[in-house]
Amino acid sequence: MFELLGIPPQALFGQLLLGLINGSFYAILSLGLAVIFGLLNIINFTHGAQYMMGAFIAWMLLNWVGIGYWPALLLAPIVAGVTGVIIERTLLKRLYHLDHLYGLLLTFGLALIIQGLFRNQFGSSGLPYQIPAELRGGQNLGFMFLPNYRAWVVVASLVVCLATWFVIEKTRLGAYLRAATENPTLTQAFGINVPLLITLTYGFGVGLAAFAGVLAAPIYSVNPNMGADLIIVVFAVVVIGGMGSIMGAIVTGFGLGLIEGLTKVFYPEASATVIFIIMAIVLLVKPAGLFGRAA
Amino acid sequence: MAEISIAAAPASPSEAADHSALHRTLFIVLAALLVVLPFIPVIGYPFFLMKVLCFALFACAFNLMLGYGGLLSFGHAAYFGFASYVSAYTAKHWGLTPEASILLGTASGAILGLAFGSLAIRRQGIYFAMITLALAQMVYFFSLQTPRFTGGEDGIQAVPRNAILGVLPLSNDTVTYYLVAAIFMAGILLIYRVIHSPFGQVLKAIRDNEARAISLGYRVNQYKLAVFVLSASLAGLAGATKAVAVQLASLTDVHWSMSGEVVLMTLVGGMGTVFGPIVGAAVIISMQNFLAGLGAWVTIVQGVIFVVCVLVFREGIVGVIGKWLKKPL
Repeated sequence: MFELLGIPPQALFGQLLLGLINGSFYAILSLGLAVIFGLLNIINFTHGAQYMMGAFIAWMLLNWVGIGYWPALLLAPIVAGVTGVIIERTLLKRLYHLDHLYGLLLTFGLALIIQGLFRNQFGSSGLPYQIPAELRGGQNLGFMFLPNYRAWVVVASLVVCLATWFVIEKTRLGAYLRAATENPTLTQAFGINVPLLITLTYGFGVGLAAFAGVLAAPIYSVNPNMGADLIIVVFAVVVIGGMGSIMGAIVTGFGLGLIEGLTKVFYPEASATVIFIIMAIVLLVKPAGLFGRAA
Repeated sequence: MAEISIAAAPASPSEAADHSALHRTLFIVLAALLVVLPFIPVIGYPFFLMKVLCFALFACAFNLMLGYGGLLSFGHAAYFGFASYVSAYTAKHWGLTPEASILLGTASGAILGLAFGSLAIRRQGIYFAMITLALAQMVYFFSLQTPRFTGGEDGIQAVPRNAILGVLPLSNDTVTYYLVAAIFMAGILLIYRVIHSPFGQVLKAIRDNEARAISLGYRVNQYKLAVFVLSASLAGLAGATKAVAVQLASLTDVHWSMSGEVVLMTLVGGMGTVFGPIVGAAVIISMQNFLAGLGAWVTIVQGVIFVVCVLVFREGIVGVIGKWLKKPL
């Protein structure tokens, strides 16, 4: 067996895998934030709470209705997306003529409400969610043990991220979306229903967050606070990557997850703060973010 | 920044003098109120009043940046909480007198503000808010991971109230209350002075139209950094005083939810008003006291107030009164 700087390979690759998984969540969540911000000009502070909702909807489907993991992977994002559509139609659309800051404050308030309601109902301790039977166990790769479920999370989130990128960059619908982001008034003048596009975009962004939540449910315990700290890290990821580019958000998300994993191996004390430190360095060197367009 | 709703009609010199006479009267009323409040039954608990005053100063410091500089910091808990730790630690473990530990706490808020401010002003608007929040979260993790300094989950409890200058003992809550009231009054008078100085006028110009201020030759970033440091120092002063008054510094003070609370106080009271944050702090702290036994409902109620304020009550309590009186308060 080889060793790297005195670190056993099992530990190294194990942490790298964990980092990759965290990176998947960063990528999906920052992707959703970027898509929403592009069209709505609102930073969706509720994103963390909606990720948590995704995990809880999966848990409720299983324990109350008996619907398992695979249908939940589709149903939970749809349910959460519908709540997102309602929020956009009733609340957010009243803010588009105001400063961006009000959108942040409103979605922060919504996040407090949602987290408070779930904490009232389910308490603060986590609820368990079983790994689906098909994905239990794992593969021995020789240098490390790869749990099947974790491999699935990385693959699934990569696929979802790339599919989102494809839809936005390569399809007609995506072209409408990009046009509306660039100039909503002109796009509407061409006969495209921009308000509907905005509503669906918000619903889609929320659905992405909920999808990440369902993926996370079997790894982390399902907990009302699971999204609150995560969303702040995702904000830092967004600042590092810049919100101008979809691919940028994906690359930054996975990359920062890996760096965080490496930090856990070599200097665990800094693992909680490393992303914030990187953010500070990026702000010093390239204030617009790695993939951002200068404002 | 153009559409932050702050009612500021350009005032002629005679109107301005009229307004400052009104403000002077209000300050005198406030000072008189602070003197007599401990003797009024029902609300006259010095402990409760001290908490309100510390948070009111905190909210005023935050409002200096948001209301007059147009900068939304979502991480003000960092300066408040860190200063609170420094003040509590130096009072408890070094045996420093209150004025020394409060000064050290304020200085730590200023240094932190200088470091974070010089990073955050590199981006504008929504990014500025996210950066300040992320940097503040770093302070939270630091506090969580250094229990030798912060006491970890327990916080620093039973902070001693040493004698001021080694002479005047803070033997009971009432004496301490008057110290806190004096600090509070000094703090808001300083803020008032800053807002109405030439520096404050430039700040408002930057808030209303940054590009124009740049084209007029103002070094906008220096002004932003200056107001950031000033606001962080005053938030530090509030936190350091709170540690002495309430005799506790804990993780709650550096948590992001505290950053949200100070935004809420300012929003409820009226951002960009002199007296709004004081009213807002009193309302929110009273509400927390009132609902303390209901657990997560406090969070839910705060969330609802946020949503309602943003949708239909953006001027805040004092903002609405000011509009009604047709005078900026």
